[in-house]
Amino acid sequence: MSNEAILHDHQTGTHDLGHAHEHHHHETFITKYVFSQDHKMIAKQFLITGMVWAIIGGLFSVIFRLQLGYPESTFPWLEDFLGHWAKGGKLDPEFYYSLVTMHGTVLVFFVLTAGLSGTFSNFLIPLQVGARDMASPFLNMLSYWFFFTASVVMMASLFVQTGPASGGWTIYPPLSALGEASEGSKIGMDLWLISMSLFIINALLGGLNYITTVLNMRTKGMSMTRMPLTMWAFFFTAILGVLSFPVLLSGSILLLFDRNLGTSFYLSDIVINGKILPNEGGSPILFQHLFWFLGHPEVYIIILPAMGIASEVMSINSRKPIFGYMAMVGSLFAITALAFVVWAHHMFVTGLNPFLGSFFVLLTLLIAVPSAIKVFNWLTTLWRGNIRFSPGMLFAIGFVSLFISGGLTGVFLGNSALDIHLHDTYFIIAHFHIVMGVAGMFGMFAGLYHWFPKMYGRYLNNTLAYIHFWVTMVGSYLIFWPMHYEGLAGMPRRYYDFTNWESFKMFAGLNQFISFVSIIVFAAQLLFVFNFFYSIFKGRKVTTLNPWGAASLEWSTPIRPGHGNWPGEIPEVHRWAYDYGKDGRDFIPQTEPVGEDESKH
Amino acid sequence: MNDFFLIAIVVMVFLLIFQIAKASEYVSVLKGEEKSRKQTNRINGFFLIAFLIFGLIGAWWCNHLYYGKTLFPQGSASLEGENIDTMLWISIAVCGVVFLITQVLLFWFSFKYQESDTRKAFYFTHNNKLELLWTGVPAIVLTVLVVFGLKYWFKFTGDAPKDSQVIEITGHQFDWEFRYPGKDGVLGKKNYKLTDAANRNPLGVDWADDASHDDIHVGHIMHAVVGKPIKLVINSQDVIHDVGLPHFRMKMDAVPGIPTTLWFTPKWTTEEMKVRTGNTNFVYEISCDQICGKGHFSMKGIIIIESQQEFDKWIAGEKPEYYKAFPDRDPNRGPVPKTDSTSTAVKPVAMATK
Repeated sequence: MSNEAILHDHQTGTHDLGHAHEHHHHETFITKYVFSQDHKMIAKQFLITGMVWAIIGGLFSVIFRLQLGYPESTFPWLEDFLGHWAKGGKLDPEFYYSLVTMHGTVLVFFVLTAGLSGTFSNFLIPLQVGARDMASPFLNMLSYWFFFTASVVMMASLFVQTGPASGGWTIYPPLSALGEASEGSKIGMDLWLISMSLFIINALLGGLNYITTVLNMRTKGMSMTRMPLTMWAFFFTAILGVLSFPVLLSGSILLLFDRNLGTSFYLSDIVINGKILPNEGGSPILFQHLFWFLGHPEVYIIILPAMGIASEVMSINSRKPIFGYMAMVGSLFAITALAFVVWAHHMFVTGLNPFLGSFFVLLTLLIAVPSAIKVFNWLTTLWRGNIRFSPGMLFAIGFVSLFISGGLTGVFLGNSALDIHLHDTYFIIAHFHIVMGVAGMFGMFAGLYHWFPKMYGRYLNNTLAYIHFWVTMVGSYLIFWPMHYEGLAGMPRRYYDFTNWESFKMFAGLNQFISFVSIIVFAAQLLFVFNFFYSIFKGRKVTTLNPWGAASLEWSTPIRPGHGNWPGEIPEVHRWAYDYGKDGRDFIPQTEPVGEDESKH
Repeated sequence: MNDFFLIAIVVMVFLLIFQIAKASEYVSVLKGEEKSRKQTNRINGFFLIAFLIFGLIGAWWCNHLYYGKTLFPQGSASLEGENIDTMLWISIAVCGVVFLITQVLLFWFSFKYQESDTRKAFYFTHNNKLELLWTGVPAIVLTVLVVFGLKYWFKFTGDAPKDSQVIEITGHQFDWEFRYPGKDGVLGKKNYKLTDAANRNPLGVDWADDASHDDIHVGHIMHAVVGKPIKLVINSQDVIHDVGLPHFRMKMDAVPGIPTTLWFTPKWTTEEMKVRTGNTNFVYEISCDQICGKGHFSMKGIIIIESQQEFDKWIAGEKPEYYKAFPDRDPNRGPVPKTDSTSTAVKPVAMATK
């Protein structure tokens, strides 16, 4: 019997609120796959759009790594793809900067924000708190379509004559404000700003929905402290986004004004190409404050969901409760709160008042405390467990390893005295790629391998998964670990070519090695993409309701849940989500009432 | 044709991997999922511990290969930068210990507590003492790092010593210009609206200010005296640039409309550094460290650190910009005007290093 049939069978019996959704089930292709209001379908839309962007953004990095690794070579096939951006097979410097900018923008926002939090918040929140759907399925659908529109605009900017934005993903004015300053600051920059504004609307609509659903739609018995840590992570992520994204929106709009309406918010005392601009009194630093007021919380918007997913996957596969649940929630809260008051650590060398800077040093290094709590709690979760190395689990372990490695270099950079030397060198590239980029991707992969069976009712191929994990794990360290040394030599980031620099040209061999490894790692990701799409249609079928033996609520739904998630009434919850290995039992699902002789914790 | 073969090989490798993956899935179904899961579990457990061991060896080897190429063996070329190096070593020591402990525990636990039929997972939900311990210890350690960091931070972000040589550095796409205050020790006023490159005033100096009349302008190459504090007054004419001085461990943005400052005391002359680094081509380079457009990667300045005598000799040969702009007002005007060597034109790097 299909799930749809199950749903209809129960329609007459149940009368809860969520029931209203179950009546319009004569779905067409359009309402089921395109303008769907089912949170699970929207999650898949976010995921697949995110994957498309991940491939594009990753490919960009491969192309600019070619230039960095082989600055003397030409690649004639590049001209076939890129036309006048790669005349004679040699990347144009202007386009190199476009690639760098787009790689950053796409990966940070479109992949690791929309693709990660958009996918898993949508998919998991209703399933894990016990709701039929999001608080507002319509806004949720709208949220995706704003993301889609943002994607279309950003994609269009790749095809304009003057090229996409090229001022770095942080788009600092005046470079981004003046078309005379660079080709990418012409129409490409306007498209970037419009696309990001649409993206911010998507993030706000999504975030408000996530917050409301977590606060209001929890099933009976699901108190806040019984929620899986994924829920807490998505909840705090949404709060971060809702409070900080509007600031970037205002910053972007002011920049649009400066570009097109002759205002001077960010511009003052500028002579460009011999032309004296009339703008006076603006401050380029104002933009940096506005940008980083989102920009810093943004990195936690990326990493908190990954933390939540890693916690969940680790506990399940260790067959052991997560250690220090309340401390985990507390540290998520502490990170969320601190995320708002550390933004100026990106601006230590802008001429920021040193006294003001010292507060940002203190607050920044404070974040290391909740981060340390999380790491030690993960380690203790593994301790005396009975660990199954499912692909999701391996990625969760890899996540913790990367989070440690990248987190510790944050202690260097957050200390303003050291930041003076390390700022804008390869050290910072190594730092944020490990702790945010790759760790964020690892969190995403952990989630995908773990919840793929719930999403599609099939498994991913395990062998491909293990190959994918090991190539990515080894490759990530090979790429980013040696970059610390380049950074310690003062090698600046965002350089097209180092061969004319007496101070930096000694790393040519290393650059070549890094480029070579990054191509292999990129190929391994294609293997994953192939595995993903192949397994949707041809993967081994899931035959049991709860393949991982997990205690949380989503595994109490049918193998392929329909719109509404549970065919009958939504189950009632009686305990937290981490009763693994209790009283000699492998696990106790959240739906099971607490027995009389059960031990307390 | 070559490309075609490359693509063909890549596709073949993909197909091969896929076929192996498919086959192994069938095998595992035939063998029984429980049994094959336990088998792969052991393999992955082994890989994890191998990853730890080879990873640590790799980290050591990487250090062996590249430590010598970082700036640390040659030491900081500025007195203030020594503090940064000290701070770096403190951070490396603290973080290194934490890194080793946590990574070893992570992979060791994963390996040791891998699934086994004989073990039951330990139901361990929380332990207040342990959690207080790893809240408290990091907090104390970080306090130490913050205290050291801020001590140094306030030291070199404070006011420059009074006897500093003031030099103004101005960035524009994609080069650096320098201005020395001349005998009066005061830089003439500027107004960006007076900028007029065609009439020898690319920096927008207000010639009506008498202080500007003895100011010396040079492009691309800056001279300074060893052992004497240098105070840079940093400007930008167009977009944000950054004065990056890796050898001196210093860095400061050049922001249009908002002048910034930076000071340091060079320890070694350029010639001494050639000996110290064993590189006869050594030069102190100013790298632009803030993306500023398509020429960002080529926006280079040169600093020549020399003895007081050499510096005095050099500056005596430079004519104030005012007299170059208005040759008729030059009291020392000779019959043949000196050829211009210090305008905004970029000198080849080879010349700068002599």
